[in-house]
Amino acid sequence: MKSDLPWFISSNGSLPDPWTSLQRFTAARIALGRSGVSIPLSESLGFRLAHAHARDAVYSSLDTAALQESLHTFGLPMLTLQSQATSRQQYLQRPDLGRKLNEASREQVLAVRTQKTYDIAFILADGLSAMAVNTHAPALLALVLPTLLADGYTLAPLSFVGHGRVAISDEIGSLLQARLAVILIGERPGLTSPDSMGIYSTYNPTVGLTDDARNCISNVRPAGLSYAAAVHKLRYLIQESLRLKLSGVAIKDLSESGDTLPGI
Amino acid sequence: MSYRETIGYTTYTFADLKVLLARASPFRSGDALAGVAAERYEERVAAQMCLANVPLQNFLQEPIIPYEEDEVTRLIMDTHDAHAFRAISHFTVGQFRDWLLSDEVTTAVLQQLAPGLTPEMVAAVSKLMRNQDLIVAARKCEVVTAFRNTIGLKGRLATRLQPNHPTDDPKGVAASLIDGLLYGSGDAVIGINPATDNPRAVRTLLEMLDGLIRRFDIPTQSCILCHLSTTLQLMQQQAPVDLVFQSIGGTEKTNRSFGVSLAMLQEGYEAALALQRGTVGKNVMYFETGQGSSLSANAHGGVDQQTCEVRAYAVARRFKPLLVNTVVGFIGPEYLYDGKQIIRAALEDHFCGKLMGLPMGVDVCYTNHAEADQDDMDNLLTLLGVAGCNFIICVPGADDIMLNYQSSSFHDALYLRRALGLAPAPEFNDWLIRQRIFDAGGNHLPVTSAHALLKPLV
Repeated sequence: MKSDLPWFISSNGSLPDPWTSLQRFTAARIALGRSGVSIPLSESLGFRLAHAHARDAVYSSLDTAALQESLHTFGLPMLTLQSQATSRQQYLQRPDLGRKLNEASREQVLAVRTQKTYDIAFILADGLSAMAVNTHAPALLALVLPTLLADGYTLAPLSFVGHGRVAISDEIGSLLQARLAVILIGERPGLTSPDSMGIYSTYNPTVGLTDDARNCISNVRPAGLSYAAAVHKLRYLIQESLRLKLSGVAIKDLSESGDTLPGI
Repeated sequence: MSYRETIGYTTYTFADLKVLLARASPFRSGDALAGVAAERYEERVAAQMCLANVPLQNFLQEPIIPYEEDEVTRLIMDTHDAHAFRAISHFTVGQFRDWLLSDEVTTAVLQQLAPGLTPEMVAAVSKLMRNQDLIVAARKCEVVTAFRNTIGLKGRLATRLQPNHPTDDPKGVAASLIDGLLYGSGDAVIGINPATDNPRAVRTLLEMLDGLIRRFDIPTQSCILCHLSTTLQLMQQQAPVDLVFQSIGGTEKTNRSFGVSLAMLQEGYEAALALQRGTVGKNVMYFETGQGSSLSANAHGGVDQQTCEVRAYAVARRFKPLLVNTVVGFIGPEYLYDGKQIIRAALEDHFCGKLMGLPMGVDVCYTNHAEADQDDMDNLLTLLGVAGCNFIICVPGADDIMLNYQSSSFHDALYLRRALGLAPAPEFNDWLIRQRIFDAGGNHLPVTSAHALLKPLV
């Protein structure tokens, strides 16, 4: 006890836990210590910051200009589209609207449609974290698009969708007459993962399909599934889907366990 | 039969009881998404006024989902206790509300009444009640269950210790588990949501929990929250299963979407009873429910999400569970948008479950895409403590790193116990005192690095 403090102050008020060594076994918030029975302020503020990052991610927007700038080297036409949700608030409460293109966007897609069909339509959508797509999609596509073009696959125009859900790839893929729709979309942010991106591929995209018709690659981010590993899985899924003419559970996942579908 | 209410020059017509219940429900995003919510504020109050005048008898004559089409409806109708119902059979829904709040209605009266109530009656009365009504009426209920300890006594608050880990790593689970025990958590159950339903992985976790409970002689029970079919298989193989878990819903179709039926639940219930692992009681089931699950499975049949939820309690009631947990804020903002809706729904679920005679607990929680934060959870936690909630869910630092959502922390439970003078389950409280984690006055003692519970890992 410092002698220059008043008699009733013996410490900074919080009591540490003598089992911080257990933190090496888990990323869970253990051995936080306590102030009385409450969480010490530093931990409380750390939690608040993590939640702030997650909230900011939910309300972030697709940086379409920067994404298109970084992807124009592939020479694909680009479409800037919107779902029927008109605000984030509405998007969060009405998942059905996030699965459908608005009228202007639908016409825009129909306007670029020709007799041509494509092997794959790539779609980028904000989902629940546009930040994830802004951050990870350019690097991932820079790795995967050249290999697909070199393998001789034909690619539909690239779509960028605001307020989009996974199933909007069914409508876009089908309008573009693509055999496979691949959507890169922000996943529901966790406290430690505000920038997690998901990739869903759907063979013969058609309005009304459900999630069991899709394959999913989840948690794409440097601290989760690396770009290289994600590209490896994605190329495998694309090859198998186009070869077997299907997607969903019938395609064996390369990983040991099935990826779950977060609520997007 | 249709129902009508006139406000000024406008007459509102509600096609049947199902529509009336939906329009009378306090607003929430899920009912709007399903297209069953009232379209205007006035319409909602008109529906509530109309509902207040509906005789309780009507609920026995007008099933909201046809008897022939739904085994949950058949369960509700076939097990209704007409004798217990007699005390309130002459009431309208509105009179029932006033009576529930009256001084003549005591804990004993409500305990006798429970088998005479159908979920639709209970949902209906809750729609007429304000939050404080839900609290004061729930507080009168007392639903006590037991397995290795006694849960639900007045003045007690139990916690489920939820030491989840993204890859089910046993050491990672154990680290969170020991952290929780040293914070006085885990009397309701030590329950893990496994990352996979793989029977071998589940068995590893079951054996680890069983070993720990035996080694430290902890008066509590364990549960791995895998699918019922996996638990059935593990019980046949003599794995140490204390409680049988299953998510359930309020319609036959919802339960089918979860891959279960009443017959399967009965099979699980009987298998768990036969193991005779409880020491002070025989409640062997653990159910989870949540508003929105029927809509999410496209299995609501036009019934509002709160009424569907209470119908799930009729399913739970059949199997005398140790614990029923509503995962209220977990299902997402398309069902409960913000803190206000989550808080209201949690108080409804707790009240309705208790009135039906269930040992209700609540997962005080939210996801990052809901309009809610820790302050909302503090409010809800406090309200539930006042309402006499049997148990809450606790994870380290309120952050579940496996399910990626925020629930309450071990600290939150200590806060609630201190603020409201609540104690853990008696057998578990005695154990905490023996382990020098709590003192006899319920104060949390400083733990040293030499504590026996730290030995398995340090």
